[in-house]
Amino acid sequence: MIRLDNATKVYKRGARPALDSVSVEIERGDFVFLVGSSGSGKSTFLKLILREERPTGGDVYVAGRHLNKLSAWRVPHLRREIGAVFQDFRLLPNKTVYQNVAFALQVIGKSRHHIQSTVPEMLDLVGLSGKEKRFPHELSGGEQQRVAIARAFVNHPPILLCDEPTGNLDPGTSVGIMRLLDRINRTGTTVLMATHDDEIVDQMRKRVIELRGGELVRDQDRGVYGLERV
Amino acid sequence: MRLRFIFGEVFNGLRRNTTMALSVVLVTFVSLMFVGAAALTQMQIDQLKDDWYGKVEIAIFLCPESSRNERCAEGAVTAAQEEDIRAVLEDGALSDLVQKVYYESREEAYGKFVANDDEGIWSYLTPEQMQPSFRVKLSDPEQYQVVADATEGLPGVDVVRDQREIFSELFRFLNAATVIAAALAAVMLIAAMLLITTTIRLSALSRRRETQIMRMVGSSRSLIQMPFMLEGAVAATAGAVLAIGGLFFGVRYLIEDWLKSSVTWVQYIGTSDVLNVAPWLLVIAVGLAAVASIVTLGRYTRA
Repeated sequence: MIRLDNATKVYKRGARPALDSVSVEIERGDFVFLVGSSGSGKSTFLKLILREERPTGGDVYVAGRHLNKLSAWRVPHLRREIGAVFQDFRLLPNKTVYQNVAFALQVIGKSRHHIQSTVPEMLDLVGLSGKEKRFPHELSGGEQQRVAIARAFVNHPPILLCDEPTGNLDPGTSVGIMRLLDRINRTGTTVLMATHDDEIVDQMRKRVIELRGGELVRDQDRGVYGLERV
Repeated sequence: MRLRFIFGEVFNGLRRNTTMALSVVLVTFVSLMFVGAAALTQMQIDQLKDDWYGKVEIAIFLCPESSRNERCAEGAVTAAQEEDIRAVLEDGALSDLVQKVYYESREEAYGKFVANDDEGIWSYLTPEQMQPSFRVKLSDPEQYQVVADATEGLPGVDVVRDQREIFSELFRFLNAATVIAAALAAVMLIAAMLLITTTIRLSALSRRRETQIMRMVGSSRSLIQMPFMLEGAVAATAGAVLAIGGLFFGVRYLIEDWLKSSVTWVQYIGTSDVLNVAPWLLVIAVGLAAVASIVTLGRYTRA
């Protein structure tokens, strides 16, 4: 589903590469944690997959597409196959919960009929039924992140990228979010989650990819957060 | 769905940015007004040229009884000389340029003179003192100089006059007016373009969250950029419509209703000419907005 072959990204000529010859393969339906300290290359890793950046060396394949050769006007089609969730939720403050989720479908041209049947289903999945008419500022952090997840997943993309989805949440709320992501993963969706949250990684016992200084230092099935804990 | 979305966004954008949108409307209004005024002035000049040049002629005045002109030292033009001049005009190399030659005799000149002299100031003049002349109508009025050169030195010719000279000063004035209007229009158009650019940029910045999300969920670049482009285009078009309205009523009331009834001997442009200019003003407005969008949007809503 996602494959990096010796992917290298150098932002400025002569500078240390942000990602240094990383080769990883993530299969359909995998749940993978991407860990590493700040500046280790996690963000660059996600940006390469989203085709926000192009690799300066090596190849990137996502959902059957060779991203090195993907022309700019095909990029939106790639992004429809990838749901993305962020630490800061990125909801539209002047739209209700329902409108926030519907927005993602509107702007890719789905019919009103499709939207009316899909959005309530998705809000039900993330546990927000009954709160459709609330605005983001009327929700707790965990609830806001659920809206963001609903928006990312409403088009049923085969890949879900999560960049520190629990970074702004307390531990109890984070567990709820992880349960939700796990449930989405069980529908066959590939989930790639970049995180700093060691407790969650240790609890979930999923595959762990660790980056340090742009290099892949660990790719471990059923791993934990830090090597020293093995 | 997408159309509804786009127009909803355009409406929201204009509402959120009312002052900027209004300033775009007004600046395009004024600048296109100048563009239109320049175009209409040129049309008026063309119309006058067509109208007047069709009527004017070259007048070849022949020597009268007593003239101070050296060329007429031999006294009044003789019948033989007149025949020679006519031959040059009608049969020689000039015949292609000449449409019609008309001979105005002393008596006819006198008759016209008296007819225009209501108060009888010139009543002491006699037909013998008048100058006979050839009135030459050219097939192409611009070829005046050729005919003048060929006839000026002929024996019996006093002086050759191009009646167009009477109008040349007026046309020079009107042309200068066009140049001034066009220059002002250019400055205003630049201002309009900069304003549209700023408006689009502000609009794009204020909706960065939306466009970011749209990018993220994979909406096409055209859908992301369309609302901003349309916003600029709508405001610019509104300005163009105002300008067309302004020109239309200006021509209608100032020229058709006022000038036409008070100064009647001139052919004027009319509201139909404004309607001929109108599509071009709209094209300029939309083009302006398009250029501004392309310059701005590449930077603010990349895919």
